[in-house]
Amino acid sequence: MSETLTKIVVNCETGEQQILPLTAAEIAQREADAAAYAAEKAAADAAAEATAAAKASGLAKLIGLGLTQDEANALLK
Amino acid sequence: MATTYKLIDSVTVGSGGAANMEFTNIPQIYTDLVLKISPRQTANVNSYQFSIRFNGNSSNIYSRRQLMGYGAGVDSQTQTNTSSIFIGFDQSSSFTANTFGNFEVYIPNYTSSNHKTLSADSVTEDNTASVYGISLVAGLWANTSAITSILLQDISGGSNLAQYSTAYLYGISNA
Repeated sequence: MSETLTKIVVNCETGEQQILPLTAAEIAQREADAAAYAAEKAAADAAAEATAAAKASGLAKLIGLGLTQDEANALLK
Repeated sequence: MATTYKLIDSVTVGSGGAANMEFTNIPQIYTDLVLKISPRQTANVNSYQFSIRFNGNSSNIYSRRQLMGYGAGVDSQTQTNTSSIFIGFDQSSSFTANTFGNFEVYIPNYTSSNHKTLSADSVTEDNTASVYGISLVAGLWANTSAITSILLQDISGGSNLAQYSTAYLYGISNA
């Protein structure tokens, strides 16, 4: 069973605190925020993987040209 | 040089948990605001982030630049036209029991008629091996309104903030 989503609202003027259930709009916004972050992270992960693959490919080519592993690593830093 | 560092208000999450914490009717008598947040999630939400939103405004006018280290990796992110600012990693329930993350958010000139900036540094704790995540964020809310409310949101799906998660809001005066 999923938890009931609530928010704690603090009125800084009066000090009053209320625990309120999230409205449908707030839940929808929260889900949109989570989806936005998931999409951002997926794009970042894909970019990082592409960079790593390109680096590995470049490294292999440099070693194929006769560079040592250390020399090739130094060039790619 | 700050001459005051006054606690405006604070929140401690109770036994029922909570998805969000919100400060409303923030007094307009300080120069800057500081938030100190110590959250923990009720679910295993590794790699999700905590977000901040001002004045209930969910327009796509927020942006951030972020440096982060998590797990064994390091990364950086630049995001524009978002509906909130991600300020750092959630403290997952899979991390060492009873440990909480730590955030500090500095919001200068929150009553000004210029766009609002923030800086946020944060860390999550997992004492079993190493720190899971650290983060430094520069954020922007491209809005000229004075900040009157701040929403702190756990966006990690159905997870709640766990009991004893806290947020403290301070006012800083420069004179």
